[in-house]
Amino acid sequence: MTNLLILIPVALLLGLGGLMAFLWALRSGQFEDLDGAAHRILFDDEPINAKPDIKKDTPSS
Amino acid sequence: MPSCRHCGQELIPGKEIEGGFCCAGCRAAFSLIEGLGLDQYYQRRSLDPTQRALVPEDDEAQSLDFSVHAKSYQKDEQVLYLMVEGLHCAACVWLIENVLARKEGVTHARLNMTTRRLELRWKTGLADPNELIHAVAQLGYRLVPYDPKALGDAVSAHERMLLKCMAVAGFAAGNVMLFSVSIWAGNADTMGWATRTFLHWLSALIVLPAVAYSGRPFFTSALEALRVGRTNMDVPISLGVLLATGMSLWETIRAGEHAYFDAAISLLFFLLIGRYLDSRARGRARGAASHLIALGARAVTVLLPDGSRKLLPPGQVPAKSIVLAAPGERIGIDGCVIEGVSDLDASLISGETLPVPAKPGTLVFAGMLNLSAALRLEVTATGEATLLAEIVRLMETAEQGRARYAAIADRVARWYAPVVHLAALLTFLFWTMWVGLAWQPSLMIAVSVLIITCPCALALAVPVVQVVASGRLMRRGILLKSATALERLALADHVLFDKTGTLTLGRADLMPGDWTDKDLAVAVGLAAASRHPLARALARARPDILPEAHVSEMAGLGLECQGVRLGRRAWCGVSDDLADGVGPELWLARPGRAAVRFSFEDAPRLDAETTVSDLKNKNYILELLSGDRKAAVESLARRVGIKNWRSLCLPADKVARLEELKAAGKHPLMVGDGLNDAPALAAAFVSMSPSTAVDVSQTAADVVFQGDRLAPVAETLAVARSASRLVKQNFALALLYNLVTVPLAMSGHVTPLIAAVAMSSSSLVVILNALRLGRRT
Repeated sequence: MTNLLILIPVALLLGLGGLMAFLWALRSGQFEDLDGAAHRILFDDEPINAKPDIKKDTPSS
Repeated sequence: MPSCRHCGQELIPGKEIEGGFCCAGCRAAFSLIEGLGLDQYYQRRSLDPTQRALVPEDDEAQSLDFSVHAKSYQKDEQVLYLMVEGLHCAACVWLIENVLARKEGVTHARLNMTTRRLELRWKTGLADPNELIHAVAQLGYRLVPYDPKALGDAVSAHERMLLKCMAVAGFAAGNVMLFSVSIWAGNADTMGWATRTFLHWLSALIVLPAVAYSGRPFFTSALEALRVGRTNMDVPISLGVLLATGMSLWETIRAGEHAYFDAAISLLFFLLIGRYLDSRARGRARGAASHLIALGARAVTVLLPDGSRKLLPPGQVPAKSIVLAAPGERIGIDGCVIEGVSDLDASLISGETLPVPAKPGTLVFAGMLNLSAALRLEVTATGEATLLAEIVRLMETAEQGRARYAAIADRVARWYAPVVHLAALLTFLFWTMWVGLAWQPSLMIAVSVLIITCPCALALAVPVVQVVASGRLMRRGILLKSATALERLALADHVLFDKTGTLTLGRADLMPGDWTDKDLAVAVGLAAASRHPLARALARARPDILPEAHVSEMAGLGLECQGVRLGRRAWCGVSDDLADGVGPELWLARPGRAAVRFSFEDAPRLDAETTVSDLKNKNYILELLSGDRKAAVESLARRVGIKNWRSLCLPADKVARLEELKAAGKHPLMVGDGLNDAPALAAAFVSMSPSTAVDVSQTAADVVFQGDRLAPVAETLAVARSASRLVKQNFALALLYNLVTVPLAMSGHVTPLIAAVAMSSSSLVVILNALRLGRRT
């Protein structure tokens, strides 16, 4: 019987962990743009917020 | 032929700009991208020929004030939601995000590739939204602000809720099944009541909150239905789940033998899968209506009495004022030409893809595209009073009428729910009154009837078939937009076609005529220098011939080079009354020789004829409704083999014809494109649209298909028919299952084990049956 008392909470916690991970992914918008995510990975990127050293203005403005 | 280094369009020799660009805008865009160090973009991208080319438009973006659409976000940031038009591939997403992120003050720029929506945030005061947007517009994209609340955010929020509910229900079902299996296994030999009750309590601990959480979509919908005095499928579902949970709890408290926790929660899980699939299957083309806003967002150049120019939104242009329309500009108002000669692309309004000539006195309508030369217009109507707005209104009214179609599942639910509840009640009365059993065990039996009849298979019968069918169609480039489209397609008996762009390709092609190869060679020499659609069509006939040097183009008339002229009749000195048939034409005039005529025709789609005869063989009644001239419609109708045809149909005439058919009890399928067809598409019982069509008409159509062929129409109808057959089979299977198990339940022989096995197996049978549709290709 005692093994039940350990194994059941362990099983439940594992399941709960999976559920939490899924809900977190959902909340943080990971299912919003499945097409985009599939392609984004192909672009190895310099950090997006890095400002370029040479600031060149838009030619016609 | 070389192509422009920025937009990728073919370069017209002699007209390109130094460095390999087609225009100054493209060169500016290229140097902007290079200046930011983002020129890998050109290696990474793959241009999508079906998208608008990346040619920057002058003035337009600058003339609009985007800052009015900005909203404040948190305390010191502002946010702007924009639809991006002209996305070709993932590299475009990367480019736009990077260009924006490198601007001063921008904190967040994320473009969703699936929905083509951009969320842009910046620190208030540190960046000017107009400047940010201008930077992107300069690259050739077109940005339109939208209101996220108005654009189906509610729908996606609902979908997300379903997904969360599904996750919780799935977790609970899996874990409870673990306990249930051990109980069923333990019952066989030596499990004591203490262990059993302990496991029951654990199940209750998981299931009670899970049911409360993931049952909400069903409970709220059932309550709403009951409040207005109706029942739907959610009523028996909610009742079954709640009673099963309640009764199991009661049994657990009494340390009884049977608890249905697993049945209740796995029922919810299965049903949520069905709901989610249902919602996904129809959510693909959501939000296309937003393109309508794009037409309203253009600025109009107004010429003030003192001679100065001013850019105004179309809605604010006063009537009777004079408006300038530059070549390449989409006209934003209804009006009348007072000066200038040009060609207009009226495809958005009339569906005709060949340009119509415009000269003083010609009426122009909002949505037309000015092709070759600048025009001065006098405004007659603006904003809501334009023909375009009228068409949109017509479409909206017609669409409301169609929303009343009840899905087959709802119709089944209407009688299913009362029958099931009555059966449960009768069971209860039978056991208490007739047999004289105590009320608790009688209630147990009655509840087991409700559980076993809970419409699991019934609720899966439709969505699974729909998902399989729409998946099969999607692989063929056919998108279903409406949830009930398949059911309605299966009922269709009349097929009505539009002409231009639907039966035909909507593109001019050179016809054989009284010209020699030498004539053609000379004509192509001139035509190759022009962007006019007919000239391009002529040039396509002999792509090997290079354009002559020094060709001059007279807008609205034609081309000239060393005395040789190519263009309108009048331009080539041919008298107007020469009856040479109607239709688009170009004349070639050389000094000292008779003028030669080149005629063009909008060729039918390659398989138009076979599709038409295919549909005829399947006993559909075909009809052709067109806004075109009689002769053109008649010849096409004869060519593809459609006996019934009508010419000179206005949008309202088409709607009237559809209403007439519907009043006679028929189910017309309308196949059409163009904004002029949008009201007809909305008014028809069910509608399809080729995706070369304007986005707006796609919102009115239930089904959108891609490609140059017409076969998708026949294919969709065939899939719809077999889908409806499968749905009916599935209903039959589900009912058969009920016929077998309900007597068992009524006689009190159902245990939780039997309920779980019976329910899962019936769901599986229904799903497997639906999968047959996907395999049979």
